Amino acid sequence: MNNNKVQNNRAWWLVLPMLILVAFSAIIPLMTVVNYSVQDVLGPHARFFTGTEWFQTMLNDSALQAAFLRQMIFSLTILAIQIPLGIGIALIMPKRGWQASAVLILITLPLLIPWNVVGSIWQIFTRGDIGLMGWGLRELGINYNITRNAGDAWATIILMDVWHWTPLVAMLCYSGLRSIPEAYYQAARIDRASKWAVFRYIQLPKLTNVLVIAVLLRFMHSFMIYAEPFVLTGGGPGSSTTFLSQSLATMAIGQQDLGPSAAFSLIYFLVILLVSWIFYTTIMHMQKDKNPQGGA
Amino acid sequence: MAEITLKGLAHSYSKTPAGSDDYAIRQMDHVWHQGGAYALLGPSGCGKSTLLNIISGLLEPSEGDVLFDGQRVNELPPEERNIAQVFQFPVIYDTMTVYDNLAFPLRNMNTPEYRVDPKVREVADILELTPLLSRKAKNLTADEKQKVSMGRGLVRDDVSAILFDEPLTVIDPQLKWKLRRKLKEIHERFNITMIYVTHDQLEASTFADKIAVMYGGQVVQFGTPRELFEKPAHTFVGYFIGSPGMNFMDVTHQNGKVMFGDQPLPVNSQLTQLVATASSSNIKLGIRPEFISVANSPTPNTVPIHVENLQDLGTYSLLSFKLNGQLFKARLPEGHSAINEPAFAEFSDRHIGLYIDEYLVEIGHE
Repeated sequence: MNNNKVQNNRAWWLVLPMLILVAFSAIIPLMTVVNYSVQDVLGPHARFFTGTEWFQTMLNDSALQAAFLRQMIFSLTILAIQIPLGIGIALIMPKRGWQASAVLILITLPLLIPWNVVGSIWQIFTRGDIGLMGWGLRELGINYNITRNAGDAWATIILMDVWHWTPLVAMLCYSGLRSIPEAYYQAARIDRASKWAVFRYIQLPKLTNVLVIAVLLRFMHSFMIYAEPFVLTGGGPGSSTTFLSQSLATMAIGQQDLGPSAAFSLIYFLVILLVSWIFYTTIMHMQKDKNPQGGA
Repeated sequence: MAEITLKGLAHSYSKTPAGSDDYAIRQMDHVWHQGGAYALLGPSGCGKSTLLNIISGLLEPSEGDVLFDGQRVNELPPEERNIAQVFQFPVIYDTMTVYDNLAFPLRNMNTPEYRVDPKVREVADILELTPLLSRKAKNLTADEKQKVSMGRGLVRDDVSAILFDEPLTVIDPQLKWKLRRKLKEIHERFNITMIYVTHDQLEASTFADKIAVMYGGQVVQFGTPRELFEKPAHTFVGYFIGSPGMNFMDVTHQNGKVMFGDQPLPVNSQLTQLVATASSSNIKLGIRPEFISVANSPTPNTVPIHVENLQDLGTYSLLSFKLNGQLFKARLPEGHSAINEPAFAEFSDRHIGLYIDEYLVEIGHE
């Protein structure tokens, strides 16, 4: 034991600037929401503490449960389409030369379009009278109408999201593929690996890290989707395409139900956090050594 | 089994090579015999790796033929050439275990599992990988990974040659020595042709029976480590092999004497004659630092020198001196007498090499 050691904890003050920054960017805004979520605010001077009442109400609200279910189905569907599709596109993209640049630019275009513009584009595109897709499908004899058929509305929203966001997955995978050293492909040829084996044992493992990013980004984005379906279908027909964020916006801004919507926001936030964490740990766990033997 | 013959081989990375500078490999003929341990030695960018990739089939040569046992294989892809290659950075399949890594080439050839297993265990045993077999390859150290990538070449029964492309670059020095010995052991055991690319002369001479020294896209000498040392066929070999490299003097012939600048050199009449009749003006005499002796009194065979410094390197001393303004190195044995000025150097007559246009001219000393 060394008792002559000088105790000086003044270095902790260096954390202060960071703490202030985080407080203003995250903690304080979040705490105001927490504050509302446990009170019933009737007016500036009339407020009552409600405890977990709003949380219970929200969790038991059947409309919200339905929206949550729709949201889950939507997010998992687009992940199931966009991740394999993105990998596939990245694999067939040209590797060098002007073609590579041209394809990269073409593929990036949808990512540059603002959300509600995307909604408007597809709204017009799917109209039966002047929209190319709506008109075309009707001419083919298909009864396609997103304002009347829930199935059509769903398919169109998913198609729209795939069109808008698959390029992001493709670009991430493309960068991941480019970073694989040429020696891996050469060694695989010498080992007589098939195309599938090269994909399964070289490309896919080397893509794990970018895929984690892609899955997390796409999950979080899609779970928060708002402007595109709102502009395209307005959440309808009925409430068939009303997702969580739209329910929240209606409640908080439309009805000014601050308490319930604050409780709902917190639940929403925790769900995203939880699912992202599950994705992350699952993928990371898959890479672990299952039966490590010996030292080190 | 394979004898690898390179016939009139040349390679250029440019589609329309204009001059010889555009060639990574200049026109060459070479034979690698079955079962030999060879090294391909040369500085970075001399075309060693290009040559190796042409042999393995990763590159198609722009001119000439590659023959395996007399069969032209130019168009055959690497997977059809019965060749294994180990790369500078270990290539392993991250998600597989060591066992699966070693079994991978066999499984790709649809080998039944009952034949895969003994082969994998045999190779793992030789490479001392047995305790690691069930580990994921991703978590191994660099030398273990490099052993795994070597092992993938050894499991295949059909492999007739293994090519190594500077395989020990990323390995710790004390492990390098162990792995090199392992390679030697494997070579003796399997009777496989091995070609080992390196830029380290020590690595080359400990591994190989014969070394091909490459310079500027050509094999300038192919011989045993001893031949490379004693009779460098090209000034580059003299300079590159040995530590320090050979001393070279640009000489001319004047009034029946071989002159190094203003200094007449006491060389024998045969050498004088060869210098006098040389068809080129690019004439050099080369002498290894080991074959220069230094004394404090002149004899008819010595030249006066200007001593620069003397470094004691334990088992020998390295003397730097100037002659005609050019720096020379001489390696003096332990326990030599003190060197004071005036000093005189003697060049061992039978170890002087004559180089015309950079290539050695045979003298026939005896």
